[in-house]
Amino acid sequence: MADRAVALRIAALGVALLLAALTLGSAIIVAARATSWTLGPADGAALRFTLLQAALSAGLSALLAVPVARALMRRRFLGRGVLIRLMAAPFVLPVVVAVLGLLAVFGRAGPVNGALAALGLPALSIFGLHGVVLAHVFLNLPLAVRIILMGWQAIPAERLRLAQSLGFSDRAMFRHIELPMLRAVLPGAGAVIFLLCLTSFAVALTLGGGPKSSTLELAIFQALRFDFDLGRAALLAALQFALCAAVTVATARVASPFGFGAGLDRAVLPFAPRGWRAALDAVAIAAAALLLLAPLLAVVVRGVPGLLDLPSGVWPAALRSVLVALASAALAVAAALVLALALAAVPLGRFGRGIEMVAMLPLAASGLVMGVGLFLVIHPVARPESLALPVTVLVNATLSLPYLFRLLLPQARQVVADYGRLSASLGMGARARLRWVILPRLSRPLGYGAGLAAALSMGDLGVIALFAGDQGATLPLMVQRLMGAYRMEQAAGAALLLVSLSFGVFWLFDRIGDRNADA
Amino acid sequence: MKTLPLAAGLLTIATAALAETPVLTVLTYDSFTPEWGPGPAIEKGFEATCGCDVQYVMAGDGAAVLARVQLEGAKTDADVVVGLDTNLTAAASATGLFAPVAVPATNLPVPFEDANFAPFDWGYFAFVYDKTKLDTPPKSFVELAASDLKIIIQDPRSSTPGLGLLMWVKAAYGEGAAQVWADLADNIVTVTPGWSEAYGMFLEGESDLVLSYTTSPAYHLIAETDDTKAAAAFDEGHYVQVEVAGKLASTDQPALADAFLAYLTSDAAQSVLPVTNWMYPAVTPAAGLPAGFETLIAPTKSLLLPAAEAEEARAGAIAEWQTALSR
Repeated sequence: MADRAVALRIAALGVALLLAALTLGSAIIVAARATSWTLGPADGAALRFTLLQAALSAGLSALLAVPVARALMRRRFLGRGVLIRLMAAPFVLPVVVAVLGLLAVFGRAGPVNGALAALGLPALSIFGLHGVVLAHVFLNLPLAVRIILMGWQAIPAERLRLAQSLGFSDRAMFRHIELPMLRAVLPGAGAVIFLLCLTSFAVALTLGGGPKSSTLELAIFQALRFDFDLGRAALLAALQFALCAAVTVATARVASPFGFGAGLDRAVLPFAPRGWRAALDAVAIAAAALLLLAPLLAVVVRGVPGLLDLPSGVWPAALRSVLVALASAALAVAAALVLALALAAVPLGRFGRGIEMVAMLPLAASGLVMGVGLFLVIHPVARPESLALPVTVLVNATLSLPYLFRLLLPQARQVVADYGRLSASLGMGARARLRWVILPRLSRPLGYGAGLAAALSMGDLGVIALFAGDQGATLPLMVQRLMGAYRMEQAAGAALLLVSLSFGVFWLFDRIGDRNADA
Repeated sequence: MKTLPLAAGLLTIATAALAETPVLTVLTYDSFTPEWGPGPAIEKGFEATCGCDVQYVMAGDGAAVLARVQLEGAKTDADVVVGLDTNLTAAASATGLFAPVAVPATNLPVPFEDANFAPFDWGYFAFVYDKTKLDTPPKSFVELAASDLKIIIQDPRSSTPGLGLLMWVKAAYGEGAAQVWADLADNIVTVTPGWSEAYGMFLEGESDLVLSYTTSPAYHLIAETDDTKAAAAFDEGHYVQVEVAGKLASTDQPALADAFLAYLTSDAAQSVLPVTNWMYPAVTPAAGLPAGFETLIAPTKSLLLPAAEAEEARAGAIAEWQTALSR
């Protein structure tokens, strides 16, 4: 027993060290090459705007997700499962594609402004802070909804049934069942989204309407690209890490495990009130579906014509992307599982807080700084092009680990709290515990998380752009190169291919997770 | 078991054969090397005569290429760098990593003197519009600022055309540039990180004009037989972007590098560039420009800040731009 716990802790420590090396270490390597250390006045403005838009985006995403998740949890309708999965698609869209999809709906020539004009109303501009927040909500609402849905699913059926038989009113239901669950999962979801928006670059700039919408990540980009000011880039990266640490600490303070105790582990159809509340639920679902699916539809419509004459280089790039996605998903799942289980097995102490912090670091890591750091390490010993794909796998696994970790941790804690003593008293071995107790109960977040990791990795453009040589291009890089050569139609086609592939991989993993959870 | 030594033997032979062919590593930007770019034809053409193997290494755009050179320093594998522009050459020369090259006679519309860099193509920055949607395009920055036309531009902090526009306004208005930006502020729909987002959004109808090149309409005309796009001719003149190539001082193939640079301005390579890079060739090919290029506007006045001056003005101009647009 003790040996096993120690082994798990050592493995977790190893993963944490690797994560710290990739995130903090790469920033330190960049800093080591610096010759000057100054931040400009524009960096202060960038910090303020970054915080403002990230806070608004995270707050709004989390807030809007609550009614949508509640409605999806308690209503059953045709296509519900499909809708829940489809709603994940925006989260895995490459940013440029997402922005063009949003523009197709909310832009000057889009249907929203068409309708406004038909009604004789003034046109609505999507550009500005509201556009940035809209795009971030579009991209992140699905994640928040899913995290809350999983929170609902983790509430033992016995508690829901008890509440029903006690004749809980809506308010009592909210206070005694929903609120404790939200307190456990919402801060984490909000923190993840906040950190994600913290490093936003293309969305903020493209939809922000001008330099007043500059983010820290843009300042890093400028420092590395145009000014070759490594010191400034490292300082800005350190600032992002500090923000990440602060947010993680604050989240840990606010969030509390919900302590409903263990149930018999059976699913039950939750209580679904009729009347006006049913109508409200329908509105919540329809509004979310419209916001999330209309831009997706635009991506599909724009992409179809270009699918027919894709340049030949697109296909090998697609294959490379799929392989990179699968490899980094496998890596991320293994690492996150080790971290979550190690943390769930021990009471919250310094060790636990430290690991939790490190596991969140990749969210605040600037992809560019990480890429440059790795480049500086690799370049003296090997040709960066020859390592493009392994490096991409490693970095993408690192970047998607925080989501997986966040998804797994609350439920891993729950499983250990609920079944840890039982399995120990039964004298179950490590393998048996994993096979019969842990994995089946973590199956949902594992499947969803693996799907997210694979899809995110497929759409990621971060490091590959720095390492790719003549031959190693991935699909997102192809989309970017096609767009850069006036070939917008082919780019839209390749983007559709990319979206279909990443969504296909996501769907597959998510389904496997659900299947095993129900079995 | 016998196959192992055999395979090892074959491998040795293969490696030896590879070692005999000298490799010329060309560091360039992303859009140079794809199957639709100028890279493949130039590689094929040069390899036919050089007895060498040309290998491209890519890094984003021109600015990323320079950043890559700086990251790699003197230890770089690259022999030749292709795709810096005149806003970057001063910074590039200052690294001390570049060696002097033979600068060919060119048809550039502006005087160009830089011992370290050979121009291979060039273009005019311009605002591109759709003729079917806009009857009377603005004829100057002043007219544009006074109109309620919407434009999309690129960020000078992350994009080379964005920086080019900044220099354009600076070269045309000097001290008055800040006022021009303040007047333009309400015309600017948004500022994108790179050229492709801006151009894509313009094509989707998000703006009336977009910052691009006078040669952009040639792509639509020649590749898509679509003659609806045109560039607006500005009275202030048009800023020139000259794309240059250079040789790294650390190269282990100096002769090959020189030969490649010479090939880049040869008739064969120059006739490939207009319809792949969609820029003007630095040396007009014997067969002339491709059909369609004669429809493009021909600015009467060309602007270009000397490299040292552009480098010096950059930080101040960015701050000025930022202040004017943040109000």
